[in-house]
Amino acid sequence: MSTETPSQPDTPSADELRTRIDDLEAELANLRSEVEDGPKKMVIIATKGTLDMAYPPLILASTAAAFDYDVTVFHTFWGLEILHEEHASNLKLSSVGNPNMPMPNVLAALPGMDEMTTRMMRKRIADNDVASIEELVQLSLDSGVELQACQMTIDLLGYDEEDFFDGVTVGVGAATAFQEMAEADIQLLV
Amino acid sequence: MRSNIDVTETLDVTGQNCPMPVIKTKGAVDGLSPGDVLEVVATDSGSMSDIEGWAESTDGVELVEQVEGDGTYTHYVRKTE
Repeated sequence: MSTETPSQPDTPSADELRTRIDDLEAELANLRSEVEDGPKKMVIIATKGTLDMAYPPLILASTAAAFDYDVTVFHTFWGLEILHEEHASNLKLSSVGNPNMPMPNVLAALPGMDEMTTRMMRKRIADNDVASIEELVQLSLDSGVELQACQMTIDLLGYDEEDFFDGVTVGVGAATAFQEMAEADIQLLV
Repeated sequence: MRSNIDVTETLDVTGQNCPMPVIKTKGAVDGLSPGDVLEVVATDSGSMSDIEGWAESTDGVELVEQVEGDGTYTHYVRKTE
């Protein structure tokens, strides 16, 4: 092994340093504009398929799109129901274990109770001019929101690509969702 | 109140609730040219805060005025760029 000390590089001149500083400043300005000019990003993970829990992800997604956010909603487990063309118009409320329902659990568990509370809720939704789930899905897609259906749970629940609304992205998994979350400014699990 | 505002287009979102007023306002503004003013007529009381917040956070739009009265909430939004 050589014991020679490596030769010292020449000390840069003031002009060279100035050029280097100019280069670095230009590079910094480029990076800064890249960071500032790109659209902000929001990712929502939607895991629930009851009527009440279908609203928040869709309302936030379509609203964020109106704020020029790049929005992805990753639907997994019962969240897939929101994207299911037939099921989306038929989501239900659960009366059992819901302390906001005006009835005790022993009554809530009776047959037909979920249908009754769901009907009540639908009436209130209509009376209050609140959009339907299908309308919000369409609105989100029209606003450029990426609605993704988790492939693993599509297979698990025995669904097919054709079951979902046109424009829904299939064939995506946890890694895709994670990668998007890592890049996002806002990440929510619903 | 609106006499001094030169409205280019009117968007009627009466009978529609959150989040529709903001989303439809955004859609209508996208179709306008810089300098144009969109009039948005809503019945959702939440639209007062929502459209104000949206206009504040969104580039290229400016909230000119909001008028409340008679069960309606009217918003004037100018596209600036």
